[in-house]
Amino acid sequence: MTAPADRPVDWPKVRLHVVTGKGGTGKSTVAAALALALAGSGRNVLLCEVEGRQGIARMFDVDPLPYEERRIAKGAPDEDGRAGQVHALHIDAESALLEYLAMYYKLGRAGKALDRFGVVDFATTIAPGVRDVLLTGKVYEAVQRPRGGRHREQITYDAVVLDAPPTGRICQFLGVNSELAGLAKVGPIKSQADKVMELLRSPRTAVHIVTILEEMPVQETSDGIAELRAAGLPVGGIVVNLVRPQALSPSALAQVRDDAVDPTAITSDLSRARVDVDAALVESLVAEARDHAVRRQLEDGQRTLVAAEGLPTYELPRIAGGIDHGALVELAQLLRQQGMA
Amino acid sequence: MSPAPPPVLDVDALLDDRTTEIIVCCGSGGVGKTTTSAALALRAAERGRKVVVLTIDPARRLAQSMGIEQLDNTPRPVPGVGAEAGGSLDAMMLDMKRTFDEVVESQASPEKARQILENPFYVALSSSFAGTQEYMAMEKLGQLHRQALEDGSHDLIVVDTPPSRSALDFLDAPERLSSFLDGRFIRLLLAPARGPARLMTAGFSVVTNALTKVLGAQVLRDMQTFVAAFDTLFGGFRQRADQTFALLQADGTAFVVVAAPEPDALREAAYFVDRLTDDEMPLAGLVVNRVSPAARTDLSAEAAITAADRLLSGDSSSLTAGLLRLHADRVRIVEREHHLCERFAASHPQVPTAFVPALAEDVHDLDGLRTIGEGLADQE
Repeated sequence: MTAPADRPVDWPKVRLHVVTGKGGTGKSTVAAALALALAGSGRNVLLCEVEGRQGIARMFDVDPLPYEERRIAKGAPDEDGRAGQVHALHIDAESALLEYLAMYYKLGRAGKALDRFGVVDFATTIAPGVRDVLLTGKVYEAVQRPRGGRHREQITYDAVVLDAPPTGRICQFLGVNSELAGLAKVGPIKSQADKVMELLRSPRTAVHIVTILEEMPVQETSDGIAELRAAGLPVGGIVVNLVRPQALSPSALAQVRDDAVDPTAITSDLSRARVDVDAALVESLVAEARDHAVRRQLEDGQRTLVAAEGLPTYELPRIAGGIDHGALVELAQLLRQQGMA
Repeated sequence: MSPAPPPVLDVDALLDDRTTEIIVCCGSGGVGKTTTSAALALRAAERGRKVVVLTIDPARRLAQSMGIEQLDNTPRPVPGVGAEAGGSLDAMMLDMKRTFDEVVESQASPEKARQILENPFYVALSSSFAGTQEYMAMEKLGQLHRQALEDGSHDLIVVDTPPSRSALDFLDAPERLSSFLDGRFIRLLLAPARGPARLMTAGFSVVTNALTKVLGAQVLRDMQTFVAAFDTLFGGFRQRADQTFALLQADGTAFVVVAAPEPDALREAAYFVDRLTDDEMPLAGLVVNRVSPAARTDLSAEAAITAADRLLSGDSSSLTAGLLRLHADRVRIVEREHHLCERFAASHPQVPTAFVPALAEDVHDLDGLRTIGEGLADQE
């Protein structure tokens, strides 16, 4: 049930989708699925990672990514089976710094000297905030790249998806609390940081938060939203990931919770379905369903809290077999159906 | 044929062993490291150890129940801990800036310390340097250990590690900071302050020019002032970092690697185990949290799905079909987790492992921590 081509989407003006979330919620999976979903027919999407994990390469089963844009997959196909392209970029601070120096300062030799004096190491690992400005600076460059610019071989993107650091560090990463801004009151790094910030605070950016229906991640989502708002960053949607299977209706769940399931009915169903049935099997299946019902009730409590944030919310199922390319396409279709892309 | 199961991590033996003085819990974000450290600390205390647990960023309600929602950088007694076995539990939450400030104050004259603490570059470094948190966690560990040796206040320190980009960051942080502090770059910055230096080469002016271009002259000046003031403390920092590293390698230390049965978490755990082995750090074992509960019957996932489909073709709202599909999902998840753990064990067959079942609810109080502790100790 793919929506028609001119179907309304929730983020038509957004060029940069920042995806964050607590550790363990699957934000990299969601970022990849979103990139596939955005890559509709004729569209180019760039998926960026900045934490040096090579998670994109693993998810798409390709060689580790260099500091270079690579086409890694076709987007999720539309109803005619057509799709755009997803490219990926693994951004590391060292390469970004050297590229930055080469681009703006023509520092061929000095770049090497900087490296020799340990300055590259210093700037990318120790100098407060410089690392983050370099990483977001590269993302900025990809988003702002002019069509048909000087470098014709460069691809221009309809959308960029950033697999960002976790919620706890997102505001710092996006440079809002940047000690650097206080430190560098003037100078090129400062103006670079300002330009990036202008994009990040504009309606062309949306920061989406991934959560699961458990207490801590939901709490962190709510804290993260408040922090992003306080920092003037545009909050996007909430993606609820790893949702348990909805195999039982609300009334069936209630029945299971209240121990009101009739074992004889289950037994006769099972024999009708040609299962070799005994009382122990029925008891086990019902007990498993009860475990599930307890979890679902807790999930529903958390779902109410998520809904209370009043943001567009999307749900993705927990895929029992794990995440591979096929699973990502499936998730991408689900995001499209729900209007996220 | 499936590979042999890993050896079992005997948590109680580890906690009861009086020569275990430090337990470091490490692993990637979101695997329940903080809960595991708190549960280990509580269990050790109730088994008679005098324990202090150093946590980094506990969930609010857990912090409240442990009485550490206030950041004051000092261990506080945790109320409600069973003292029958003669043990006790103190807890503290790391305040990284305060820890850094205290190190500066302990190493410098009051006048010099003030100069450093007020320097804008220091303020930035001490509150946001990627790695300061890791370094300060290790620094605080060193302090607690020295204090425990002096006054016998604690005989076991349990440390939670910061939610780093990578689980390895905190091992590298002391080395990284200390090599920065006495590295070439610092000498370069100090050179102008020290008059005509050997470093005044062609390379030098290229570098300062480039830095001025990128960072601006004022940042460079702040850095130079900071470095000049900090100069006398470098030796002290380096020495402390080296001591902490040695402490981590000592026999009384035990690393517990924490993971969840997910590919990323287990991959991080594998890197960590390899790294600990390479650095000759004492690895106690692996804790796999949040293991999905096993199915209660051995009906296969395929058989369950086939039967469910048969029922659904007659009645699309069949409750029995729902039960069968839930069962199939549970079996598949358990099989997948099992397979992931087996792969880990196949490449790291010597690592003692404990599995902790997933709880339905988050842990907010000591009772919850006790349940986790029992799960850790009870490996059948």
